[in-house]
Amino acid sequence: MERPLTARIQPGREPLDLRGYEGEGGYAAARDAVLHLTPQEVQARVTDSGLRGRGGAGFPAGKKWSFVPMGDTAPRPKYVVVNADEMEPGTFKDRLLMEGDPHQLVEGIILSAYAIDAEVAYIFLRWAYKLAAARLERAIAEAYDAHYLGERIFGSGHRLDLYLHVSAGRYICGEETALLNALEGKRGNPRSKPPFPAVSGLWGKPTIVNNVETLCNVPHIVGRGAEWFRKAGLSEEGGTKLYGVSGRVKRPGLWELPLGTPMRELLEEHAGGMQDGVRFRGVLPGGASTDFLVEEHLDVPMDFGSVEKAGSRLGTGTMIVLDDQTCPVGMVRNLEEFFAQESCGWCTPCWGGLRMATDLLRGLEEGTGEPRDLELLSSHARMLGPGHTYCAFAPGAAEPLQSALAFFHDDFDRHISDKRCPWR
Amino acid sequence: MLTDEERREIEAEMARYPTRQAVCVDAMKIVQQHRGWVSDESLRDIAALLQMSVDELDGVATFYNLVFRRPVGRHVVLVCNSVTCWMLGADGLYQESCAASGAPGGATSPDGRFTVLPIVCLGACDHAPVMMVDDDLHHDVSPGNVATILERYP
Repeated sequence: MERPLTARIQPGREPLDLRGYEGEGGYAAARDAVLHLTPQEVQARVTDSGLRGRGGAGFPAGKKWSFVPMGDTAPRPKYVVVNADEMEPGTFKDRLLMEGDPHQLVEGIILSAYAIDAEVAYIFLRWAYKLAAARLERAIAEAYDAHYLGERIFGSGHRLDLYLHVSAGRYICGEETALLNALEGKRGNPRSKPPFPAVSGLWGKPTIVNNVETLCNVPHIVGRGAEWFRKAGLSEEGGTKLYGVSGRVKRPGLWELPLGTPMRELLEEHAGGMQDGVRFRGVLPGGASTDFLVEEHLDVPMDFGSVEKAGSRLGTGTMIVLDDQTCPVGMVRNLEEFFAQESCGWCTPCWGGLRMATDLLRGLEEGTGEPRDLELLSSHARMLGPGHTYCAFAPGAAEPLQSALAFFHDDFDRHISDKRCPWR
Repeated sequence: MLTDEERREIEAEMARYPTRQAVCVDAMKIVQQHRGWVSDESLRDIAALLQMSVDELDGVATFYNLVFRRPVGRHVVLVCNSVTCWMLGADGLYQESCAASGAPGGATSPDGRFTVLPIVCLGACDHAPVMMVDDDLHHDVSPGNVATILERYP
């Protein structure tokens, strides 16, 4: 089985330097594309591959790029922004890619910038990833020295500057328009869309924002072709995916596997099953802002379409397992407290609704909940849902809440009838 | 007043962005690196250098979890309280971090050595529960080894 994204990564070892990376075939795709392909040809390969964004929303990468104005009349400069703000609770995949093989990301950036004819790129990195920051800085410096970045990259007429921006920590900055405001030195409130960043993004210029894992796929797609990529997955969506599992399993961790690997295989084979004496109750399949799935869903293939059909989202592909020693009400309270704290405060249903939902959940945990609280929680989940806010933050926050109310209804009821948390 | 060194470091960042305002987060982080926090005076100095209003800069400062607008201890202890860490014992870890450091949660120990703060997901959930002390990530931490970890930070 192929593991293109992690083939060069050995945990505990320093990442390959530029020479080592090139020795294993690195930068060949970027060099070839910049010297011999047109930007449109690079775009076409990525579009044909069907690559969907790995940051959570799953938007087709090639399609996103296709909205960028091209040609001599396009506004300048154009920007590529790397979303490396990995702050989705339960998610730890981009950390591995940046710490383990920083040149792979740099090459992905060079190719993506070439595809939309951009001359400036920023990596927007979360503050906590100190090791990733140091290793990326080193890789960027090496790439400048080799003239793969800067003026006349690979001896062509193209120029690309790449800068690392380390943020100061706020979950909403992972939302692409909030990220752009944050990069401009403003509060990271999301922007109203349209206009979409591809047309009017950073400082009003055409900008694409792509996740780290998405961009790391690009050198492989450009180098080996769309057909190869499509065949690397188990479903029609193609490619591999970094899957993670955390919680009370025997071997929490991260694995690169074909997209569409069944959830059961991930949990039982790779993560080793539940710890002894602990029973599986449910899972957030793709980070904190995805709907719970339960036992009946274990055979769902972990790809975008299948997880959506099951009633949730693939999200970041990093699963958080709920076990029978953990109170589901407490878990949802923890999640909604996170969202309430990290809401940027712009839209009323988000900041107000999350605060009220959190209060209700805390009341249930403390034994002061009443039957009507469950109706109120349901109505908050609806009001947080799509269509009431600028961005996808509130709808994401609603997902674990609404699904917990459905799947763990008896547990919510018991908190009310017993006037206490049965787990305390 | 900003020191020459702080000013130099902030000005070096300006080459990376087309506007001065875009440097503001880096500027606050630079000052915080040197002084531990961003005082009202520092805020005014940075705002003047970047041609921003003080209020707008404070709006940015207070937006972020890791820009400190109050003094902190010599070492900042950040205990993750997000979902996986919470399931695996973050509450106990936080209590023990406070007890072992002598810092009340959200505040600084009387000897000025530690500030203990809760923090959102640190992106190391396969090794939960986790905490950071300054720039160091500590994983698979149990309340029993918090004191030993903190001893390394005089």
